[in-house]
Amino acid sequence: MDEIRLIEVKEGILSESQAMANRLRERLRSTGTFMLNLMSSPGSGKTSLVLRTIDALKSEFRIGVIEADIASTVDSEKVAAHGVKVVQLRTGGFCHLDAAMVSEGLDAIGPQDLDLVIIENVGNLVCPAEFDTGANRNAMILSIPEGDDKPLKYPLMFSVCHVLVLNKIDAMGVFDFDVRTVEQRVRVLNPSIRILTTSCKTGEGMDNWTNWLRDEVEISRRKPG
Amino acid sequence: MHELPIVQSIFDICVKHATANNVKKIIAVNLKVGEVSDLQDEWIQRYFDFLSKGTIVEGAKLNIERVPLVMQCKLCSESFRVDLRDGRKVECPKCQGTEFAYVSGREYTVDSMEVV
Repeated sequence: MDEIRLIEVKEGILSESQAMANRLRERLRSTGTFMLNLMSSPGSGKTSLVLRTIDALKSEFRIGVIEADIASTVDSEKVAAHGVKVVQLRTGGFCHLDAAMVSEGLDAIGPQDLDLVIIENVGNLVCPAEFDTGANRNAMILSIPEGDDKPLKYPLMFSVCHVLVLNKIDAMGVFDFDVRTVEQRVRVLNPSIRILTTSCKTGEGMDNWTNWLRDEVEISRRKPG
Repeated sequence: MHELPIVQSIFDICVKHATANNVKKIIAVNLKVGEVSDLQDEWIQRYFDFLSKGTIVEGAKLNIERVPLVMQCKLCSESFRVDLRDGRKVECPKCQGTEFAYVSGREYTVDSMEVV
């Protein structure tokens, strides 16, 4: 009987996918393109925020959108109607996007002619958080009806994002949602996260969002290569 | 659903290290997964059994060690365990500080393998 021995492995499970994401960021850097990964649960307002963002920034930047959906093309049709380049990735049941899928999306829209690429990830607070898409920044939306306990339930999502957008603040009076409670819970996991409040319906707070995004895109444009 | 690509990655890592070490059979794979990471233990093993059929990895048991979420206070350097399900405001038990750095809790690694 052979003796059982122990092999040290010490290898990150997602290190391959991480390496691919890093290569994607290199590629974007060479063209001076900024890529944003937008995540949230279904129905929190990702598509609405994308459309608002396009309308606010399309005169300043060349924008492309990578839409991910399990089966439909509903979102990409709406986005295309706003006059920007869009590609629809149907994930075929997969609950998230990874760098390999995003890379195909980029090939389809051609980042060399774009200043800003927005990835609208699959609506889900669990899986997309585990996978680095190769984006420069991660943003997530938490809408008021979802409740202020979400950072306790989906800690990883809140810890990987640079910006948290609290959307649907026009509905604030209807739901028991305390912004300060969310802030407290999120900052434990992610002290440097930026927290903004918006309403994609009324337009309230949109300036804070577009100003943040504009600054990020400008920084990427200024240092290509 | 994201378990499948993760299991594929674990499997690939196992095969790579088994080949490099002239392994006949893998008995167990020891994983370290932080508490903050989401992973369904039961499904991970089922997917793994499915993927590893007919390979040297077949039959290996996945041992998942959950690494607790530990934060370090930026003010007084005290390290302490955080229970996110608790829901109360997190503060340093020693100085009541509220700014922390991660010590552990986000691991996602294949730590070692028991092989013959």
